Amino acid sequence: MANLFPNVDWFDLIEATGETFYMTIIALAGTLLIGILLGLLLYLSAPGGLWENKYINFITASLVNIFRAIPFVVLILLLIPFTNFLFGTFRGQDAALPALIIGSAPFYGRLVEIALREIDKGVIEAAKAMGAKTSTIIFKVLLKESLPALVSGLTVTAIALIGYTAVAGVIGAGGLGDYAYFYGFARRDFDIVFACTVLIVLLVFLFQFIGDIIANKLDKR
Amino acid sequence: MIKIEQLSKVFKTANQTVQAVDQMNLSINKGEIFGVIGYSGAGKSTFIRLINRLEEPSTGKVIIEDQEITRLNKKDLRLSRQEIGMIFQHFNLLWSRTVRENIAFPLEIAGVSKAERNARVSELIDLVGLTGKENAYPAQLSGGQKQRVGIARALANNPKVLLCDEATSALDPETTDSILALLVDINEKLGLTIILITHEMHVIQKICRNVAVMEDGRIVEQGSVLNVFSHPKQPVTKKFVEQVMGKPEDEETEELFIQHSNSGQVLKLQFIGETTHQAIISQVAKKFDVELNILQGSVKQTQAGAYGSLYLLAIGEPETINQALAFIRETSVEVEVIQHG
Repeated sequence: MANLFPNVDWFDLIEATGETFYMTIIALAGTLLIGILLGLLLYLSAPGGLWENKYINFITASLVNIFRAIPFVVLILLLIPFTNFLFGTFRGQDAALPALIIGSAPFYGRLVEIALREIDKGVIEAAKAMGAKTSTIIFKVLLKESLPALVSGLTVTAIALIGYTAVAGVIGAGGLGDYAYFYGFARRDFDIVFACTVLIVLLVFLFQFIGDIIANKLDKR
Repeated sequence: MIKIEQLSKVFKTANQTVQAVDQMNLSINKGEIFGVIGYSGAGKSTFIRLINRLEEPSTGKVIIEDQEITRLNKKDLRLSRQEIGMIFQHFNLLWSRTVRENIAFPLEIAGVSKAERNARVSELIDLVGLTGKENAYPAQLSGGQKQRVGIARALANNPKVLLCDEATSALDPETTDSILALLVDINEKLGLTIILITHEMHVIQKICRNVAVMEDGRIVEQGSVLNVFSHPKQPVTKKFVEQVMGKPEDEETEELFIQHSNSGQVLKLQFIGETTHQAIISQVAKKFDVELNILQGSVKQTQAGAYGSLYLLAIGEPETINQALAFIRETSVEVEVIQHG
């Protein structure tokens, strides 16, 4: 191993992997929360929805589209003042979180909206006919029935997030991207770049594997 | 008792308005099975959704047991919906829940405690004949079993009314019959009022006492199933009756009978609500010295008795045949002699 990767400091590599993992998980939690909210808002306010509202639908859809349109690298740069205000610095793994969440939540929001639209309208009608409150319909019908699709959507988002953390690494967010760029690319130690790539690929496989297992378990169709 | 008064629904889109339901008036007795029949587009699906306000009526009233559904606010409407069960053509079960959990759902909505829920669900599973399938998911059930879950779910909160939206239209004929039998069973056991809409006349024939025929958002004909069957007035009703009775015997067939009837007289017996255990033909044959030969006929069983007609060739002394006719006329069977020429 030492011959294959002469410049890799294994302790640093493990630390960087941990940072990537940390950023992905925390950002994923934030994305899940905001994404579900955005997705529900998009779905419920759409024409024919339970809270049909042209204005809310237009505003939410616009926000989602704007943040989805901005390339992630540009988004990080745009958010530097905001991150500075929150954390006093724009470097480090925590400083990357706002950009990661803002970058991926609208993406997940759209996936949530698609998952909700897949639910048979008849089931919602049946719940209404039983006298269900809107909150019951949201939690016990909409979210519950779309759970497998929500999980697969989250898996896709998690993998996109791993990519985003690597991009964030280039401006000093820590993690495997940071390590590959500053220690590998900058010093022309390409074995480090390669080692980081392998670890990122493994991380992606791990997330996909776990996501698939959960989604399959939940799917009773 | 359910009253529908001047109920209308207009759908407005950008470039047209559609009058889906047009000033309907109906009154449905407590404990009866009432059928509404119509072709697709007749407005029957909208009509049944107006009853529990899944569609908001444009004008008119719906009154269920002195409660004016059309005047309730959102919260009261939700509560009264818990007393109106509904089953659907495509069952509309939650596929993420087991049979037990699906049936428990309306009880959860009504805030029933977990222990009571469990007891009630077991009772319902028994009632609809799903024992052994409690923990299956809808995806593992056949269509008929899914509809049984739908029925159990609709009955969970002891509703006053059960609305059936084409409940058997997605099922094969055999399963349809078993679901209809279950509905009749529930109606008798629980005294539940059932309103069903369908486009299949045999559903009406099998389980309904009264029927309304819908066309273009209006009721064009209504009354007891027997009456509507025996004297259909509107072309649409005649078509529905043909679904189960076949084409009515036309003049030509009658002519044909007469040609072959040199030896006797052709009688047309009309059964309207006649009970089958009155074996009228054998009685006539035993009591009078006439030979009876069945030429053609079609008799269907409905909830209120048999309906149909039978052509007989009666051979014997004219005097005896007249006596036999008088005997038949004393029963509820109508009889006429098809005359020559």
